Amino acid sequence: MKIRKIGRGEEKIELQMTPMIDIVFQLLAFFIMTFKITVPEGDFNIKMPLAGPSTGAVSEDLPPIKIRLRASANGELATIEFGQRRMGRDFPGLREQIRQMIGDEAGPGGSNLEAELDCDFDLRYEYVVEAITAVSGYITPDGRMGKLIEKIKFAPPRPGQ
Amino acid sequence: MRVTKGGGGASGVEMDMTPMIDMTFQLIAFFMVAINFSEADQNQRIKLPASELAKPADAPLASPITLQLTDGSTVIMGAEEVPVTEIKPLLLREKQLLEAQGTDFKQANIIVRADRDAKTGRVQALIRTAQELGFEKFVLRAMQQRE
Repeated sequence: MKIRKIGRGEEKIELQMTPMIDIVFQLLAFFIMTFKITVPEGDFNIKMPLAGPSTGAVSEDLPPIKIRLRASANGELATIEFGQRRMGRDFPGLREQIRQMIGDEAGPGGSNLEAELDCDFDLRYEYVVEAITAVSGYITPDGRMGKLIEKIKFAPPRPGQ
Repeated sequence: MRVTKGGGGASGVEMDMTPMIDMTFQLIAFFMVAINFSEADQNQRIKLPASELAKPADAPLASPITLQLTDGSTVIMGAEEVPVTEIKPLLLREKQLLEAQGTDFKQANIIVRADRDAKTGRVQALIRTAQELGFEKFVLRAMQQRE
């Protein structure tokens, strides 16, 4: 910034804009070049150590809730089996069944139960995430997250092609 | 832009820079806020499955190792892309690296970014390989779905 003072009380300030505009445009160019629109991502945490050999001791934990996901030949979901029930592709129905099972009517809250997903090899992964979503919780009408089953594991992999 | 022309052949062009600078600073502010430098481990080939319950983590994950499973049968780990069956040496290297740093590798988080069209069996094979090396904590990553 260059300040010149002219006599007789007259004052003139001359601002050098060029360097500032240069740097501002360089910054703008940098941000535009590096900018990428990304969709926010979220996580499902699974703690799943490798099952060790059975010691013969009786576990005090309840047996896991088994959910079987069967795939058609092209990898689409054929049916969900929950216990003895065949539920088609009804994930909301699966969630309702889980809610009834763990007695969630009183309000949202987690359960100590464990769910085991048993999936066909060729099943498309998006159905697994849908199943995990249905099992692990729901969104309440006021937009909060209600938790159902937090412990989720996979059954041993089924042989594939 | 204001153009002033004086008489006697002398001409002066006076440009009002204020609106342009205002706009430019606003653009810079927008890009600074929206920029995300932490996307090194987000391969654009992977189309994540969507879930309404997938919420961004509250805190950064401890010792994250990102495995990105394509809709084929390959895994991208860092700059390397290998078949699922050949991921073990890469994971072993990560494990040894963590041990050399004095970090408990069991606390490391294996982030699985699998394509929505990937075969579940391959995701399980990937998880099993990591389990065999002693990793216990897994994070299945999904795209946040708008309700």
